Amino acid sequence: MSNKKIWKIFFLAPIIIYVALLIALPLCYILLISFFKSDYYGGMISTFTIQNYIDVFDQVYVSVFLKSILIAGITTIICILISYPFVIAVSHKHPRTQKILMTLVMVPFLTNSLIRMYGWLVLLRKSGVINQVLLGTGIISEPLSLMYNIPGILIGMVYTLLPFMILPLYSSVSTIEPYLLEAASDLGASKIKTFFKIIVPQTLPGLFNGSLMVFTPALGYFFIIDILGGGKMMILGNLIKNQFLTARNWPFGAAISIILVLITSLIILAYRKLGGKMDDLGGA
Amino acid sequence: MKKIMENVYLILVFIFLFLPITVLILFSFNTSSLNIVFEGFTLHWYQDLLQNRTLLESLVNTLIVAGISTIVSTAIGTISAYGLHKYSFKGKNLVNELLYIPVVIPEIVLGIALLSVYTLLKLELGMFTLILAHICFCIPFVIISVRSVLEGMDSHIEEVASDLGASRFQIFTKITIPMLMPGILSGAQLALTLSLDDVVISYFTAGPGANTLPLQVYSMIKTGITPDVNALITIMLGIVFILLTISTVVQLRRLKKEDVR
Amino acid sequence: MKKVVLKIDHLKKSFGNKVVIKDLDLEVYEGEFLTLLGSSGCGKTTILRAIAGLDPVTEGQIYIDGKDVTKLEPKHREVNTIFQNYALFPLMTVEDNIGFGLKMKKVPKQEIKKRVHEMLELVHLLGYEKRKPKELSGGEQQRVSIARGLINNPKVLLLDEPLSALDQKLRKNMQLELKQLQKKLGITFIYVTHSQDEALTMSDRIVLLKDGKIEQVDTPVKIYEHPNSLYTAQFLGDSNLFQGIVTEVGKEYTWVKVEDTMIKIISQEWQIGDKLDIILRPENIKISLNEETENVFQGKIIDQIYDGASTDLIIKVDKKTINAMYLGNDKLYNKGQMIYITWDIEDAIVLKREPYE
Repeated sequence: MSNKKIWKIFFLAPIIIYVALLIALPLCYILLISFFKSDYYGGMISTFTIQNYIDVFDQVYVSVFLKSILIAGITTIICILISYPFVIAVSHKHPRTQKILMTLVMVPFLTNSLIRMYGWLVLLRKSGVINQVLLGTGIISEPLSLMYNIPGILIGMVYTLLPFMILPLYSSVSTIEPYLLEAASDLGASKIKTFFKIIVPQTLPGLFNGSLMVFTPALGYFFIIDILGGGKMMILGNLIKNQFLTARNWPFGAAISIILVLITSLIILAYRKLGGKMDDLGGA
Repeated sequence: MKKIMENVYLILVFIFLFLPITVLILFSFNTSSLNIVFEGFTLHWYQDLLQNRTLLESLVNTLIVAGISTIVSTAIGTISAYGLHKYSFKGKNLVNELLYIPVVIPEIVLGIALLSVYTLLKLELGMFTLILAHICFCIPFVIISVRSVLEGMDSHIEEVASDLGASRFQIFTKITIPMLMPGILSGAQLALTLSLDDVVISYFTAGPGANTLPLQVYSMIKTGITPDVNALITIMLGIVFILLTISTVVQLRRLKKEDVR
Repeated sequence: MKKVVLKIDHLKKSFGNKVVIKDLDLEVYEGEFLTLLGSSGCGKTTILRAIAGLDPVTEGQIYIDGKDVTKLEPKHREVNTIFQNYALFPLMTVEDNIGFGLKMKKVPKQEIKKRVHEMLELVHLLGYEKRKPKELSGGEQQRVSIARGLINNPKVLLLDEPLSALDQKLRKNMQLELKQLQKKLGITFIYVTHSQDEALTMSDRIVLLKDGKIEQVDTPVKIYEHPNSLYTAQFLGDSNLFQGIVTEVGKEYTWVKVEDTMIKIISQEWQIGDKLDIILRPENIKISLNEETENVFQGKIIDQIYDGASTDLIIKVDKKTINAMYLGNDKLYNKGQMIYITWDIEDAIVLKREPYE
């Protein structure tokens, strides 16, 4: 009998300690300090104030929020537009080719995302490869500004997050029975009709999943903004990072983080209401 | 016609995906040190790399962090997935919900939250705090991966084993673990990928003593990157590519076997 | 005197506050084939799992060979269990699956090999040693799981609906095979099923369960021909039910009024005014074109159903629908034809109406 208890403890103790110490405690602590006051020397005064949350509604920060959501939203839409034709094209291949192609999608992933951003820096900058090639072939006479602007940031974001959209979309496209598509074309549905009436509804779970996995990280990827935005732009990620490392106003940074968590929770709630399963989110 | 269009599209997307990496690989063999135009072939930067202690150290650190956090999170994740599947206890639902947090919240929040707690607990930032952070965000992915296999498992199999005289330990090691292996391996692969890829959380939890490759590159971007970094990245990519090819070939073999049957 | 190999004493089992087994006593004899029969939710699997030791019991004792095993772990009980979906270890070969129990007991390798060989011979699977479960058919997998359960020489083998995943034809064959195997080995089998066919063909005794209680324990013949409750009569086999009141009690025969017809039954301890259920099996109903003298109803043929070797008849008697059958498949009657039904007086199953119904 006590033997059974020991096994139960063996199988459950690590997870309970983990959840308590590395998930619950950090988040509760952040929530707590978001009600503290900064002493302007990098320390915190443990009083209760909601000033930090009021400060967030300053015009400067509201515009950061809006910009972040805009950039994350556009990134998500571009990822969807690129991924759909891609996964449909892949699904027309032989199963073994499909397996190889999907593995190839994963390959760039296996180098660090920051290193890949550095690759883009080499490609996009004024004296970079793309401009050199275009100048060399005489297509342009002046180097283009491909980075330190919004398009540059979007290239970086889409590039980094595209696989998170491709993978769930691919796994839901591959569950569509081929006879459905055959039946649709038998019944005279046009390509566009088939896409919107059959493919989209069938892949909706994958689409939500992918959107979630693209949108939320995009709010926080400060290093992409740093490298390809040239420090001129600011999204939530940079704002939080600055509060913690440069301005050293932890309570304010914590308050912004809590709001970010709330936004994420709303999205997750919507995802669940629409029938999304949490376990599917970890598949990427 | 349709086929050609599809293939062209696939090629374009793959060019997009591989472009930045290809450029770095090419430049690691470039005689010019400016990373601008390809002038000629050289292995010079690879020799330089061998002299660059800081860079080599950052590589070793990256591998240590990835290695330890993969092993630890896979072990804890497997045990926990099994525990959560088999036992019920007060607060189990809460634990299950909290587990998804590292999967869904923006990494930066987890990064600063861990940093704050480390400060609260007076833990000095370094390799330990970095590895702990990596373990923290890898565990849920391993659990999810192992759980998907557990859910498809016939619960009677363990009962038969116990009926036939196997001890709890024997059941877990001889019956359950081998059956969970596909989930454990894909969880470990996921953990390794996530650990190697991470920038944001490492940025907050590493500290001065724990310089990893991405953090090194990040700080160098501002001051200028030397071509031996390209060489290092190429070597890492080579290793990753070999590992991936092996795993893909193994999986393809299995697919082929199933085709035959 | 038959030897009792397994005894269940005042067994009670509840999950949370849901009581599944109320207060159950049962004795199982050495070498018998006992079937626990009942619809889903009657508690038959719960009893089996309690015997195996897979779930703890709430109250009561279980004795195997006179020894109280109630608190023992499954591995310390001399019983083994066969599950519905075979539960073979998917990564082990047939040989390793069957030998698992001996390996756990640290039996020498040579001995294991010999015993596995014997077992494979017993279940007609020689030559399958190196195969994986995936490479076997459903029937073959079930044989492996039986061999695996038998190799430890259990006092009792527990079988939880072992044939329900097989198709009809294979199931019939496996029924025979299992029965023969059990006779040959002389091991007690406790067999759980919801199929009355399986219960009737294979068992030495049937335990019919209803809502966690034993409704009746008897041989298949007794339980089919002399059910002691309406539930038993209707659970096993098809039945036609007439309800009536005793109007006249004689020495040999008793008269019962059913609707407007008087029916004669064999006298037992009936008294005037008793409310009775009279049950007729379809195969005992005789069809006649002439009006017989007693125990007769007039009816109309509604339908004839071709059933291969036999034919089922649906007959309307007043507002009641009666099922009857005859062997052979010639079409003897026409739809709408008026006929008379009757039966041999000793074929009627008569039960006193249970007061709460």
